[in-house]
Amino acid sequence: MAAYLTRRIGYGLVTVFGVLFLLFVLFFAVTDPDDIARKAVGERARPEVYAQWKKNHGYDKPLFINMQASDAKRYTDTLLFEHYRRMLTFDFGRSDADDSPISSRLREGAGPSLSLTVPLFVFGLALSVAVALFVAFFRETYVDRLMLVVCMLTMSVASLLYIIAGQYLVGQLLKWFPISGFDPDPAVIARFLALPVLVGVVSGFGADTRFYRTIFLEEISRDYVRTARAKGCGDARVMVRHVLRNALIPILTNVVVQIPFLFTGVLLLESFFGIPGLGALTVEAIQGNDFSTLRTMVYLGALLFILGQILTDISYALADPRVRLG
Amino acid sequence: MHWVSNIIVLLLILGAIYAGRYAARDRFWRENAIELWRRRPVAIGVIAVYLFIALLDSISWVDPASEANALTSGRARTIIDRIFRPETFKEASYSAPLASVAFYGGQPLLHPGAHALGTDLLGRDVVYRTLKGMRVALLIGGLTSLVVIPIALLFGVTAGYFGRRIDDAVFFAMTVLASVPSLLLLIALIMVLGKGTVQVCVALGVTGWVHFCRIARGETLKLREADFVAAARALGVRDGTIIRRHILPNIAHLVIITFALSFTALVLSETILSYLGIGLDGSWGQMIDQARNELSRTPIIWWNLAGASVALFTLVLSVNVIADAMRDIIDPRTRREGR
Repeated sequence: MAAYLTRRIGYGLVTVFGVLFLLFVLFFAVTDPDDIARKAVGERARPEVYAQWKKNHGYDKPLFINMQASDAKRYTDTLLFEHYRRMLTFDFGRSDADDSPISSRLREGAGPSLSLTVPLFVFGLALSVAVALFVAFFRETYVDRLMLVVCMLTMSVASLLYIIAGQYLVGQLLKWFPISGFDPDPAVIARFLALPVLVGVVSGFGADTRFYRTIFLEEISRDYVRTARAKGCGDARVMVRHVLRNALIPILTNVVVQIPFLFTGVLLLESFFGIPGLGALTVEAIQGNDFSTLRTMVYLGALLFILGQILTDISYALADPRVRLG
Repeated sequence: MHWVSNIIVLLLILGAIYAGRYAARDRFWRENAIELWRRRPVAIGVIAVYLFIALLDSISWVDPASEANALTSGRARTIIDRIFRPETFKEASYSAPLASVAFYGGQPLLHPGAHALGTDLLGRDVVYRTLKGMRVALLIGGLTSLVVIPIALLFGVTAGYFGRRIDDAVFFAMTVLASVPSLLLLIALIMVLGKGTVQVCVALGVTGWVHFCRIARGETLKLREADFVAAARALGVRDGTIIRRHILPNIAHLVIITFALSFTALVLSETILSYLGIGLDGSWGQMIDQARNELSRTPIIWWNLAGASVALFTLVLSVNVIADAMRDIIDPRTRREGR
């Protein structure tokens, strides 16, 4: 087990290094740091201001090898090394757009993001799994076929449209909830979150339900289902006690993949509904040419994903004796 | 630039004819194509209409200068442009579908009753803009996939077939790319590469590549152990020939299904890019994005949103339906379960 753990975590670390290299190529080698600086301080800024900005934001070094430095500094006093050092120690520096420290903005945004994504995630998962189980129970009847058509229709609508339609119908015509806004006060937070959560659940419903239905159908064709039925289990009992429990492993795999998005937030929902979370922060960074914030968000998203994968693999190894640890 | 588009159209048509002739000769493809047509004629018809309109909008030429075309001289115009004549077929601002007076102010329109879906803020005909969006949508989904599939196949199949170092390298590249949440990677790529059709397609390609590659690699790993591959190897057939004759035909159906599914994902994600301001010019995503504030006006202006979203929805739905039917036909497992 220990050897497996070490190897798995080691591979995770190597992947993080790979992701960081990808980010370096994208944000430092392909994008010229001069371009970023020019966009931030303006085309006609004085050379001193320009140089000072580059120095403050750590863009003033050579990419790979520093010819002016000596010894080890030749390789450490470079953009590549600094990029790795800062990302690995979670020292994200300042925003390229407004000089505010990125880590404090991340801390501010995490709360609102989680308050949106966690209910969205829980309700969405519960609804899709319940409907999928229901549909699998009534497989090959008109209920099943009708639900498949509904899923197909809801899958084919752009998420942007769901948001626009939700804001118009529920917010503007029916006036059930405010169209947008956010207030962390627990007494009123639900009023602001209801609409984005509803829209998010609806837009993810089709694809998720279909996916879980396939999983359930696959489990239903297994031998243990026939055994359970042969020993006299009722249909409902077979579905809940046997099929659902066995299907939890593939369902969990799919769930873990979604966990990084709980933290990075939902780009469109947050920005449309005025929720000051990490997704809205990312949208702001895109619109304001804020490369350092965007870089940090991409890195954090990838890091959480890799972490989630490691945790899934380890829990597999613990739960399923068939996973070889060789 | 217009001749590049014309040449690509020509190449695509030639490629489609070649693929069609190949499929007609092969029994597996012929029977499945007939079965697909029997099951989903409407969806196939819809796709054919979209393709035809996109085709009409891709062939363009420049008119010789004369007094009659002073407004358009020097610009290449497509067949769709020539049918609609957007230079003259427009109004001052909004007008409702089939209206004869302007939406605000009530002045008589230049072309009363002629705009089937009204006009937008700048007075452009909504039907015309919707039809123009078809080419953009097919460009996003189709062209990206056409660039990505060969690359993904090359890496996926060689990695799966030869294994060892090649497999390790490809697998590592896939893990790294798959670790970055795809929307964030997409956005980062477009931010870095800049806006524009080619850049957006490249960015979509880089993010979509992994999915294809993983499927190709996994299937090749399975096929490598199959008896007919072992037999071919025992007869002394070269690796390249084995891949071409035995592996590629056996993963082709998966590639087509994945193509259909990724196509819809690409077209839908473009609307998100449009909202973020990094989408493609003239896409339905941009139309939806521009129309999103029009709903709050009274009386509401719905035709811009409706034109683009209905066109987008119909396309995505048809491709989804066809992909589903193809999977049912080709994959014997789902055939046993369903219907």
